[in-house]
Amino acid sequence: MTVIEILDIGLAVLVLGVAAWTIAARELFAAAVGYVAYGLLLSLVWVRLFALDVALTEAAIGSGVTGVLLITAAMRLRGTDPPQASEQLRPMVRVAAATLCIAIAGVLAAGVLMMADPGPTLAPDVARHLGETGLGNPVTAVLMAFRAFDTMLEKVVLILAVIGVWSLAADDAWGSVAGPRPLAHHQGPLTFFAQLLPPVGIVVAVHIAWVGANEPGGAFQGGALLAAMAMIVLMARVVQAPAVDRRWLRVVLVAGPAMFLLIGMIGFAVAAGFLAYPDGIAKPLILFIEAFMVLSIAAVLPLLVIGPPNRPQAGPP
Amino acid sequence: MTAATLAGLTGAALVGLGVYGLLVLAHPLRKLLCFNLLGSGVFLMFGILARKGGAAGFAADPVPQALVITGIVVAFSATALAVALLLRLFETSGTVTLNPDEQRPE
Amino acid sequence: MSAVALALATNPGGYLLVLAIVLPVVGMLLSLVAGGRNAERIALALMPAGLGIALVIAFGVWREQAPLVYILGGWAPPLGIALRADGFSAVMLVTAALVVAAAGYFARPLFATPPQRAEARAPLAFWTLLQGLWAALNMVFLGGDLFNLYVALELLTFAAVPLVCLDGRPETLRAALRYLLFALIGSVFYLLGAALLYGSYGTLDIVLLAEGIRAAPVVAPATFAAGGLMTAGLLAKTALFPLHLWLPPAHANAPAPASAVLSALVVKGSFFLVVRLWFDVMPGLASDAAMGLLGALGSGAILFGSVLALRQRRLKLLIAYSTIAQVGYLFLMFPLAAGSEPWNGQAWNGGVMQALSHAFAKASMFLAAGLVAESLGHDRIADLRGIGHAMPMTLFAFGLGGLSLMGLPPSGGFTAKWLLLQATVEGGQWFWAAIVLCGGLLAGGYVYRVVAPALAASPLDVRASPSRGREGIVLALAIAALLLGFAPPGFLGLLQVGRAAIVP
Repeated sequence: MTVIEILDIGLAVLVLGVAAWTIAARELFAAAVGYVAYGLLLSLVWVRLFALDVALTEAAIGSGVTGVLLITAAMRLRGTDPPQASEQLRPMVRVAAATLCIAIAGVLAAGVLMMADPGPTLAPDVARHLGETGLGNPVTAVLMAFRAFDTMLEKVVLILAVIGVWSLAADDAWGSVAGPRPLAHHQGPLTFFAQLLPPVGIVVAVHIAWVGANEPGGAFQGGALLAAMAMIVLMARVVQAPAVDRRWLRVVLVAGPAMFLLIGMIGFAVAAGFLAYPDGIAKPLILFIEAFMVLSIAAVLPLLVIGPPNRPQAGPP
Repeated sequence: MTAATLAGLTGAALVGLGVYGLLVLAHPLRKLLCFNLLGSGVFLMFGILARKGGAAGFAADPVPQALVITGIVVAFSATALAVALLLRLFETSGTVTLNPDEQRPE
Repeated sequence: MSAVALALATNPGGYLLVLAIVLPVVGMLLSLVAGGRNAERIALALMPAGLGIALVIAFGVWREQAPLVYILGGWAPPLGIALRADGFSAVMLVTAALVVAAAGYFARPLFATPPQRAEARAPLAFWTLLQGLWAALNMVFLGGDLFNLYVALELLTFAAVPLVCLDGRPETLRAALRYLLFALIGSVFYLLGAALLYGSYGTLDIVLLAEGIRAAPVVAPATFAAGGLMTAGLLAKTALFPLHLWLPPAHANAPAPASAVLSALVVKGSFFLVVRLWFDVMPGLASDAAMGLLGALGSGAILFGSVLALRQRRLKLLIAYSTIAQVGYLFLMFPLAAGSEPWNGQAWNGGVMQALSHAFAKASMFLAAGLVAESLGHDRIADLRGIGHAMPMTLFAFGLGGLSLMGLPPSGGFTAKWLLLQATVEGGQWFWAAIVLCGGLLAGGYVYRVVAPALAASPLDVRASPSRGREGIVLALAIAALLLGFAPPGFLGLLQVGRAAIVP
């Protein structure tokens, strides 16, 4: 057994151990923190699968943004756990549930072991058509060209989620802002970071989005990094979020999918059809759409994390 | 055993763990955590497909990788919506129980 | 050209499928940006246009007697994504457009922005979510790729769930959260199944998967696991007994136009994909036992849902439990319609007719219940005596919808159940016939429970009478359910377009 194999096995054990711990953790808050650690470990597994784009996304979204969301929720829900006695399950039910789950996992594990190697793949098809997109990163080509429809609709999913979250506001809070109020006096390390990090983060985010055409990275990962900067600034209470009825905010929210749709429709007239790019200018068009998507993602993710508007709009306190 | 097979087995175990948690844990936030465990297990199944489909100069099939990226974003949106619902429920009712009152006759 | 080659190339008229999806998406985005009253204006203006597109698609499928196909971006599957409309898709598109439009025009007074404000929470959410839901349904009906359909299912969920709790009461929030959790777990299982299929056949395209499964010397065991996982996930979303627990509180507590859309259309979205899975992706692969199990669950739903509907004290809960029962009939398709005998085709038509007539009838009944609740301030069945005299048109619509649920002529529900009955007799599967008849009697019971006292001559204090226009919408939906009972043979022929793939 080589060192790398031992490390792989160690990583798998660690991932499963942390996952089991988040289920068993006594404290809700501890479970949420465990989930963040789990997400980071999982992105290492993705690195080992040679899926760097997924690893970046998992680290940014699966662990990072989801983690902030879950930890914030766990803090606000402190004291709601453990549940009432009426919701405690009998041991027999637990055993039955465990048996069922072992059976499911067993069937899947058998499927994994029997899987053909090499398995069926679309990699040659992607390789054959990659040149037509002008891109170097095959994953970006799938996301932005071959399966562009999925990607466009995924942005619509995000917008619907924002509308869903906003719809949970109290009626009198509509038109107000979400999240904590900004502080009058800024001090402490968080404020310091909140003022220092964003310029660096923005540069790195633009870089990630830009190189995504040819290397691991892309609109989503870049947008997520920008979103993280926005969240740090909001959480450090340096600025407050914009009110939900601001027109510019709405425009930024829909910019990504709207530009995707617009260029997609132009494809009817000047290319092979909806979501087709004209020969030769596919790459600049894709980068153009991605720029708008980065903007939308950077707006959507923090809005989903800070939740519905929750107070009448006020000036600086 | 290759890293891919190991990741696939990890995914299978995560699916089992996630379903177990969803079945036995009552707190909605814990259910949501388990939904995310389950989801990432499913994504790892795509991951092993991608790795075993490495061909034509790519270490892994790009199509399942792209699907997972879309999937992660969708799972995050779902989590955000559910958390918002849960917090609003707690805010308005002071509890987080999912037992509906409608099932009982009035 | 072979059938497979035809399914992998855009054909004339295929671009309409793109428009059917893009129109409500654009409407939703524009509504969000324009905000306030504009959201309502945009939604209502686009509804007739969307209906027009759906009708042109249905006409195109009927005239060509072949599915419409569009290849997105010009990237043919397996690399790219195809949209396809067969007969079933086409009639579901038209039904969705009609029901969404009816719910939209009905909802105007309920979700109007108050005069003193530029924008209010519930109206903006309702009009944007309704368009999102409509786009998602059209995607479900047209999607040719299993992962694209996953995105469509999630879009459907995210649009439907917040509609349940627009009034913000704790019980509606609880219902919405339960609904969301069920739906999310359902989608994860669906996605897991899709992964297994990709791992076995290297494609997610429905036509190519069917071809791969047909051509394989030995069907990979993973195929069956995938079928089971995807079906289980979709059944949870369809609320098929015994996975129905989330449905009654969600559908009964939502605002009436939302209830109508949820019960009439949203549960049919995931049902539609179960049909796609067993009749298009893996036709002829399921054992009789597996199809029998789906039929048995459907039968359980018919009996269980009907009996519980009989016991409810609130009108909207009664209608919600009736949805569980009526969804059960849809699953009689699986044991009866799988095969190439003529009676299999009849059962197919029966199942589709049930989906359509229930959509119109149930939308009408939920909207009628909404009018009753608005006028009385409650929907307690015990206190509805005399409502028939106060609101005759509304009650008449409710009764007409009830005819379809019972399966009495003349109604679409009668045609549906009659076709299913004929198939049971010709196929020698008489036990399903007993269930169909029994369900009809029980439906008669719960409709009678509402209608009989409502017709009693007793004075009733009505706060406000509903407008003629809104009562007209309710009646129009009920009449649509009735008219399906007079569907010409050409209409039944349209339902068969694309079903040829079933012949083994």
